[in-house]
Amino acid sequence: MSIAPLVVAVPLVAAAALAASDFLHRRWIADSVGIAASLAVVVLCAILLGHAGRQPVVYWLGGWEPHHGVALGVSLSVDTLGAGMATLVALMVTATLVFSARYFEAVGHLFHALVLVFMAAMVGFCLSGDLFNMLVFFELMSIAAYALVAYKIEERGPLQGAINFAVSNSVGAIAIFAGIALLYGRTGALNLAQIGEELNGQPPDALIAVAFALIVLGFLIKAAVFPVHFWLADAYAVAPTPVCALFSGVMVELGLYAVARIYWTAFDGILSPDAAALRPLLVWIGVVTALVGATMCLRQRHLKRMLAFSTISHGGLFLICLGLLEHSGVAAAAAYILGHSFAKAALFMCVGVLLHRFAEVDELRLRGCGAADAGLKLVGLLFVAGAVALAGAPMLGVFLGKSLGEGAAEESGYAWAIAVFVLASGMTAGAVLRAAGTIFGGWGEDEPPESEQPQEHDEETETREPHDRTPLTMLIPTVALTLTALAVGFLPGLDHAVEEAAARFTDAHAYAGAVLHGHGAFESIEPKGLKAVDFLWSSLSLALAMTIAALSLFGGKLEVSALGPLRRRAEAGLELLGTLHSGHVGDYVAWITAAGGGLAVALGLIVR
Amino acid sequence: MSRSVRVGLFCGGALALATMLVLACVDLPGFGHYPGPYGDVIARTGVAARHATDLVTAVNFDYRAFDTLGEEFILFAAVLGVAIVLRDVRGESERARQEAAEEHAFGDASAALGAVGLCLVGPLVVLGIYIVTHGHLTPGGGFQGGLALAAAPLLAFLGGEYVAMKVVAPHALVEAGEAAGAAGFALIGLGGLVFAGVFFENFIGLGTPGKLLSAGTIPLSNVAVGIEVAGAFLLLWTEFSDQALLVRK
Amino acid sequence: MTLLPYLVAVWVLCWGLYGIVTSRHLVHLVVCLGVAQAATYLLLVGVGYRNGAAAPIFAGLAPGTPVVDPVVQALALVDIVVEATVSALLLALAVQAQKRFGTVDPDELHSLRG
Repeated sequence: MSIAPLVVAVPLVAAAALAASDFLHRRWIADSVGIAASLAVVVLCAILLGHAGRQPVVYWLGGWEPHHGVALGVSLSVDTLGAGMATLVALMVTATLVFSARYFEAVGHLFHALVLVFMAAMVGFCLSGDLFNMLVFFELMSIAAYALVAYKIEERGPLQGAINFAVSNSVGAIAIFAGIALLYGRTGALNLAQIGEELNGQPPDALIAVAFALIVLGFLIKAAVFPVHFWLADAYAVAPTPVCALFSGVMVELGLYAVARIYWTAFDGILSPDAAALRPLLVWIGVVTALVGATMCLRQRHLKRMLAFSTISHGGLFLICLGLLEHSGVAAAAAYILGHSFAKAALFMCVGVLLHRFAEVDELRLRGCGAADAGLKLVGLLFVAGAVALAGAPMLGVFLGKSLGEGAAEESGYAWAIAVFVLASGMTAGAVLRAAGTIFGGWGEDEPPESEQPQEHDEETETREPHDRTPLTMLIPTVALTLTALAVGFLPGLDHAVEEAAARFTDAHAYAGAVLHGHGAFESIEPKGLKAVDFLWSSLSLALAMTIAALSLFGGKLEVSALGPLRRRAEAGLELLGTLHSGHVGDYVAWITAAGGGLAVALGLIVR
Repeated sequence: MSRSVRVGLFCGGALALATMLVLACVDLPGFGHYPGPYGDVIARTGVAARHATDLVTAVNFDYRAFDTLGEEFILFAAVLGVAIVLRDVRGESERARQEAAEEHAFGDASAALGAVGLCLVGPLVVLGIYIVTHGHLTPGGGFQGGLALAAAPLLAFLGGEYVAMKVVAPHALVEAGEAAGAAGFALIGLGGLVFAGVFFENFIGLGTPGKLLSAGTIPLSNVAVGIEVAGAFLLLWTEFSDQALLVRK
Repeated sequence: MTLLPYLVAVWVLCWGLYGIVTSRHLVHLVVCLGVAQAATYLLLVGVGYRNGAAAPIFAGLAPGTPVVDPVVQALALVDIVVEATVSALLLALAVQAQKRFGTVDPDELHSLRG
């Protein structure tokens, strides 16, 4: 399968070519090279996806085959979930580049070059089978991301957001480097399969606990779980909207993908006896993240920050699925991520359309603007559709992932987590529906006397000045992504395919056999599919979302004086939560250190 | 959060983290007792397999060339990022006048400093080229040598000749050179795919170990990376110096 | 003292992180990030060391001589390049922050809250 390295090489060479021709300053060159390269990667990844069915595609770079079970070179170990993730990345990038064609003024060719490098890094990250190689692509992805966040240098917000983002993620990378050093000291290997084979069956000790804690910490910072999620809201609020679509759709999910991949290939053999203790740790982190994210989401008026907290909340739900440490959880997470990516990217693009038309991104200041013409009414419809997809309405959007997740939770003894799924998806979707009602329906309360959020109102200079009409290159990707988000649940056989792919993902021994010895014996499983009760939970989420939106829009007149003291205490709690998101980078790094210490101690106690 | 709460949170976390890290290090094989096997296999077979005597460079540019591809493009992306962050915006202008540069130039560069600096440019360039091209034989390589090459024009700047430095190394040329170096490394990898069937496989004759023309594609990769690193760091220093010396509202 | 290099690495990491948390100047913060990263170089190169072995350069060395691990040295090289590039980008952001905010004190950057 010699096309495997091309998925990384093609966009990198294209990016270099764009940078070299930067002096020409021709927008059409940047757009066409960018879109052509990303389409090429989509095709290549789809071919890999087709071939990765029964056995992973293993490609040893440099021709360095393993020497008596010792991996000498770097391998690309492509299985179904990895190739699927890579294809999703490439599709998102293509949609983003099409959207950006008329969206804003690019700096020569540099924006497109950075996006192509970003894509190459993410795709390489998904396909890599080597721990250090994953870290290198992780850093490449991060650097391109820092530069993209800082794009609008005329404003203050992007600079602060980029600094917070860069420092937080760099500390995460330091943690991963340290973890890799410890692991290498023990195993003498960097290839994931080989590490797994070395550690398999051995008793875990402090070194394994700390190495796992550090590596997981680094990737969970990227995945923005509580309490290391603060950077994400800052970065999303200020990054150019097409970039936000990319971040939300795929970058955050890659952090969780890394945790899952590294756990199941390298640590499953040595940590699975302790899985019963590890499970609650991961699930609870996911639960807290989901609820904190959903709560903060409802408090936002800034549309991009609202969607950022929605992403954080959904990240928590993905972590709950993965934290169950079962292949059913992995299947749930994969399906959930698929639906979520399309829906979230579509929502960000809708925000982009609003920003393009009105140079404004505040929900209350945009009240009633959305009914101006047919194009905007379409966007309103797409906004509502995106919210419905995110709520996981029956058969739409994230329904498949959510249902598989609820089923997996129940099987593993975490049936109470179903309430978290319903609550978090209902609350986040409710916030989006509320925004839709305010902007496109003109409903809701007037601006309160003192603003709830003392955020600086930056001029949105992303698109220079408001425009009269929305170009087709912006509407088409938005419509396409929304329709895909809704339709994902209807794909025939997707549930079975995802469950089988997840079963292969979690089979560490067979994976090692395939990578190191050329053939792995993967067991097949009985796919379970959906159940009737899934429709009940999904309808509950949708109903919750609609109730929250209705209460926020029309419920101002209701007097709930009886709940006075409770309401005051809740308000105080929410204020405290809000102030924790201070925008101060020192605070964020203090939280990261505390989380690192806590995680290391917890894992040390688990393996004892 | 107030400063004391922040420091308190940090100290608690750091104490826990440091304790666990020390406990983990106790479980490492003791310092000085590296057990292998990765490094040992390469040490035993590397010279015979690739005819390169510097095994660290062999690991970087052959065994794990894919990592180096990523690393190179990290540098590339960082330079693009700095170019974007420090780009000209409305309201600022660049006054490429010698007087303006000299007004803010490096301290009060004495004539002796200027003379010595300019004299050293040549030897530093030669040293840089030597380090780049001999990477597969002795410690060195593209990254180290490229940095030495990038430092050579900086000596001209120390001598107070900032604008002259920009004339000798114009922005577009350096940017194109840097991108060419980055693409060159990727193309060497593609050459492996085309000529030897595997991406990044060494496809040129290996020669005799110890001679300058040996180790196949490794010296070529070193040159590509050397060009890229030199271009990248030169661009970085130029961007920062522009901001300090030339850009004014 | 077979533990000393690792203890030094842990110490350096903690001081680097402390510097970031309490920093009052963005340039100081970037340098502290570099210090924290230096701890990982120490750790990486430390785990690959072998007592009494030579450097992995076989120019003039008999084949089969015990050498230290070349792989971690290559990894440390990648680590150093990565840190240098991130520092460059952060310093560029600091330069622009001075121009937009008028300050490089993280305590004074107030545009993102809640």
